[in-house]
Amino acid sequence: MAKDGPTVEKKIKEEVVEGLIAPGHKACSGCGLVLAARTVMNAAGKDVIATAATGCLEVFSTSYPQSAWKMPWIHSLFENSSAVAAGIEVALKALGREKEAKVIAQGGDGATADIGIGCLSGMFERGHNILYICYDNEAYMNTGVQRSGLTPFEAWTSTSPSGKVSWGNQTNKKNMPAIAAAHGIPYVATASVAYLKDLERKVKKALDIVGPKYLQIHCPCPLGWAHEPYDTIKVAKLAVQTGLIPIYEMENGVVTSVRKIAQKKPVEEYLKLQGRFKHLFKKPGFEEELKRIQAIADENIKKFNL
Amino acid sequence: MRKVIEGSMAVAEAVKVCRPHVISAYPITPQTHIVENLSQFVADGELKAEFVNVESEFGAASVVLGASATGARVFSSTSSQGLLLMAEVIFNMAGLRLPVIITIANRAVSAPINIWNDHQDAMTVRDSGAIMLFAEDNQEVADMHLQAYKIAEHPEIMLPVLINMDGFILTHAFEPVELFDQKMADEFLPPYKPELYLTTKNPLTFGVLAEPDWYLETRYRLQKAIEASLDMIEEVANQFNKTFGRYSGGLVENYRLDGAETAVVAMGSVVGTIKEVIDDLREKGKKIGALKVRSYRPFPKAAIYDALKDVKNVVVIEKAISLGATGILYDDLKATIYGKPSQPKISGFIAGLGGRDIPKESIVKVIEKGEAQVVDNVFVDLKEYLIGGK
Amino acid sequence: MPKPEGIVSRPGSSKEYKTGAWRTKKPIFKQIKCNDCRICVAVCPDGIIFGANKKYWADLDYCKGCGICAEECPVKDIEMIVEVK
Repeated sequence: MAKDGPTVEKKIKEEVVEGLIAPGHKACSGCGLVLAARTVMNAAGKDVIATAATGCLEVFSTSYPQSAWKMPWIHSLFENSSAVAAGIEVALKALGREKEAKVIAQGGDGATADIGIGCLSGMFERGHNILYICYDNEAYMNTGVQRSGLTPFEAWTSTSPSGKVSWGNQTNKKNMPAIAAAHGIPYVATASVAYLKDLERKVKKALDIVGPKYLQIHCPCPLGWAHEPYDTIKVAKLAVQTGLIPIYEMENGVVTSVRKIAQKKPVEEYLKLQGRFKHLFKKPGFEEELKRIQAIADENIKKFNL
Repeated sequence: MRKVIEGSMAVAEAVKVCRPHVISAYPITPQTHIVENLSQFVADGELKAEFVNVESEFGAASVVLGASATGARVFSSTSSQGLLLMAEVIFNMAGLRLPVIITIANRAVSAPINIWNDHQDAMTVRDSGAIMLFAEDNQEVADMHLQAYKIAEHPEIMLPVLINMDGFILTHAFEPVELFDQKMADEFLPPYKPELYLTTKNPLTFGVLAEPDWYLETRYRLQKAIEASLDMIEEVANQFNKTFGRYSGGLVENYRLDGAETAVVAMGSVVGTIKEVIDDLREKGKKIGALKVRSYRPFPKAAIYDALKDVKNVVVIEKAISLGATGILYDDLKATIYGKPSQPKISGFIAGLGGRDIPKESIVKVIEKGEAQVVDNVFVDLKEYLIGGK
Repeated sequence: MPKPEGIVSRPGSSKEYKTGAWRTKKPIFKQIKCNDCRICVAVCPDGIIFGANKKYWADLDYCKGCGICAEECPVKDIEMIVEVK
């Protein structure tokens, strides 16, 4: 408690403003996604109309009659966050209200890369002035940790579990940033809750660009990844430091900046903190699998010159 | 002014004078001419709207949903498979109480694929909470569009409206249609001014999670809203009459039912053929009439019972079937009549699926059959040789 | 008018639900080595750490006790203690 008394405390609280996402929402303790979301919204400011896809974000924040969102916000369906945002953007134009707000569309990895990829592609291709945020926690978390197109190699999920004859998910993360960039949109970037200032900068930069923008934010999920809630930032940082999650920006299809890794970490340091990879340290033959995951990290390091 | 134009053009002309802000649609036969005409109007500056070419019907419906939620007047159009793909969004629009107008060029559903007319597509969304109107001819189609916006945008209603017109039969037919003067249209249909919409001036959260403690009442309110549209549909038809000097619209149309012993009930363009059959039979002295159902949802139970209560035989001819059960309009009708003091005999016939022609002679046969014996699920003009018969 | 009930929620009204009841541990801001880096303010997922001038606190109405603030404080000036009620 502030020594200067409750009035100063109240004043600071009001000035800081819990931000554009109020507390009291039901996100898990230590949730990486909500940390990303509130960082994004506070960087974007109050002149925003936001959409969200079905998933953790809307379920934990809009349990009727409550809502954590302080800006105008709409959730329609699972796969159409981008298309609804497109409708909002053209309506503002048609109604002469373009200056009223920026449009930000949000979705999880499943909503973005799987079920919603058609609508997203259309939104990119038509050149709408929308910032699309993908909160990548690497599975369909809200429905119970099922595998998505962005689930990494050999992660356990409830529909790609490790077992007697399985090492978990057998596919690599779908390269959504490359797919976004292939549409010729002006700005594509990856970010992580490990580097919040970098995330803020990217949000502000993106909102200053006219056209479709894609920002994919890596968000640890203590529940789905089975790590300690206090390790959220640490896990996110290790993901980047191993090279498994490259942090970069692309402008008009060309990589213009990368976050170089000062001290490269072996993938084991990242994987061992998470229960979803624990089979990689137990099952006979695990050394080979760790090598394969290390190869993925090394490939990224080479490709992006990290 | 009166012009001979294609049905699709009549729709486009009607939509144009309603001044939508955002139009989004995806191509599907036989709706395509409607949106092609509208995009030409936009390209020529005759209609100031944002025209969004999307990646699927699902995208089209989602775009107009977002635009409507932002306070814009919107329009979309589809058929058959496209309507099925939009179904998820139409339920969502009704739940979000958005006055989106979608014209359905009714077409059969796959499989097998068939691009010609029947009503099966519309029936798939009858439970969505959207208002559903069926048109008999292109004048009615045109009039319905102006009325639809007025009904939908009324603060007590705020529901999507689906205007059903028979694919090819109406969309591609050239008929004389009375078009609308823009000033009169503006007088009839003022600008759309919703109370709740997405704006930074009044930030609200739309599309919430309603847990079991809250959800039931939202559906109750939806039912009440669509029931309220029963009166609103009649009222708007009267307002239309006042502005344009002719009556068009309403829940049902009673055609020569006074003193009738048999009534034929149907929706859509087949009613036109049925009316001719009625005229022929009346000339021969037969006491027969027809009831056209214009508003399918909300289902006008009172108006229908009122029209049919003094009739002995009711013959329902419809272009859809709930496979595994019976005809759909037939079912709705039977449920309306059941338990009432008057109990006409009701027979149900399935006709015209996949664009099969329904000639006058077939309708006469159907009437004879329905009067002779109560039947249901009778497929009209079934080709025996195609089903293993002689 | 389509009334708000069931289709819209009022902005920021989630504050009515005090998630502080969830936690088992709570953060103690020792304010000994604090250097105003404000990392704790930034990394709190719920955004309920406030303060300035080396005086910071968590709004205990909402703190879920995740411990990220303590874990990330560069000078280890925050300690998570089991809350005894």
